[in-house]
Amino acid sequence: MKRTSVVLWLVVAAILLSHPAVIPASPRNSRPGSAPASASEITVSAAISLKDALDEIGKEYEARHPGVEVVANYGGSGTLRNQIEQGAPVDAFFSASEKDMDALNAKGLIQPDTRRDIVANTLVLIVPADRDSGIHDFKDLASAQVKTIAIGEPATVPAGMYAQQAFAALGLTAAVHGKLVLAKDVRQALTYVATGNADAGVVYSTDARITSKVRVVATAPANSHDPIVYPAAVLKGAHDASAARALVEYLGAEDAKVIFQKYGFTLPPQ
Amino acid sequence: MDAISQDLSPLWISLATSVTATAITMIAGIAAAAWRQRRTGPLSPIVDAIFLLPLVLPPTVVGFALLLLFGRNGPLGKLLLGVGATVVFSWPATVIAAAVVSFPLMYLTSRAALDQVDPHFLQAARTLGVTEWRIFRRVALPLAWPGVLAGTILSFARAMGEFGATLMVAGNIPGRTETIPIAIYFAVEADDLRAALRWSAAELGISFVLLAALYYWTHAAGRGRARWARI
Repeated sequence: MKRTSVVLWLVVAAILLSHPAVIPASPRNSRPGSAPASASEITVSAAISLKDALDEIGKEYEARHPGVEVVANYGGSGTLRNQIEQGAPVDAFFSASEKDMDALNAKGLIQPDTRRDIVANTLVLIVPADRDSGIHDFKDLASAQVKTIAIGEPATVPAGMYAQQAFAALGLTAAVHGKLVLAKDVRQALTYVATGNADAGVVYSTDARITSKVRVVATAPANSHDPIVYPAAVLKGAHDASAARALVEYLGAEDAKVIFQKYGFTLPPQ
Repeated sequence: MDAISQDLSPLWISLATSVTATAITMIAGIAAAAWRQRRTGPLSPIVDAIFLLPLVLPPTVVGFALLLLFGRNGPLGKLLLGVGATVVFSWPATVIAAAVVSFPLMYLTSRAALDQVDPHFLQAARTLGVTEWRIFRRVALPLAWPGVLAGTILSFARAMGEFGATLMVAGNIPGRTETIPIAIYFAVEADDLRAALRWSAAELGISFVLLAALYYWTHAAGRGRARWARI
């Protein structure tokens, strides 16, 4: 009886201690400059496939524009679009699909004159690098040996939507049914394959490049899915529209292009 | 037809997962509680802390730990791969996740219930020369039953609501590992409010019935105990 109450107190103490609010003044919250939204903080909601390239571009941009801070919020484009529709304080949107940008445009949430296609990408089939899985092409996904195929959740992750279109175009929809592990964004699908827990996955070629733990075995034919183009635009609700406008323009400028190409992105068709 | 059966799959998966997980948790929780009650040593607090960890850790951490353990390169994952079984992204993974996170509730409640059994009854049984196992089964467990039952219902409710660890280790495979909480999460992400509301209502309904049952059973505890004690 007494022992039980000791156990209960331990549990209560552990819960309290693990709660962030109990630990006062964490140094993270008191970082200088971030407390009163500094002169110009630009929040960009961007497709997570852009992460590595955009991180570098953001640093470069900050170095050239002192006083400006680029805050990137990465996720699946559908998720980000949803957050913006619900009123998230975002200045610019950088989507992995025209569809999500069109949806925001239809609701009057973007500044249409700022919208531009920045980069393009291709869709690839990947397998864990350390395994000879016998998967050499999309049609091999129909094999009974392939148990799990990681793709993004098609409703919110453009890469998943493109993958589903490709499966349909290649006549594989029925064959892959029940094998698809739906990830919350394309990078999670990549991780599923990189850790060897999924037998195969469909991601962007740029994602496959960032890890040596996956091997690209095939590229989806360009006509098997919608063109993979990344549009960016300034949002109507941007708190500093001119700063956001300058950033979106920079994304389409030569210096940024060089960095995007370094990470394997291609230029969108004119 | 197909659309409807596909539509309901999260419900069946959630129920099957929770029932299986609760059955495992119940046996493991009672066994652990009985064992800890009998044997105390210098390491007891550490054992207790380990048993309770899944309750205080964020479910994502539990899921991550399970992924490291059962993943293709994890110690248990490798072992199971040897016999041709993969756990990650399979239905058993949802059961493992739900069982691990609900175990502390079962353990804590049964432990408290067993601790409250009057030791005189157990001593009386011992004077009659009955084996310890029989005493546990026929005297201690029946007397602790209302508490054990409350723990079982709490565990089931916790298993029904499990999300974080499940998503990590079982992924989201519609018709296989997509439980109700996972269906809700992805419905909200996809801005499908109707589906999110429908599944939330289902969770609410099941939880409500369970809590009402819990209240009923704990309320009837006194009567139940009196009845059992006469046996």
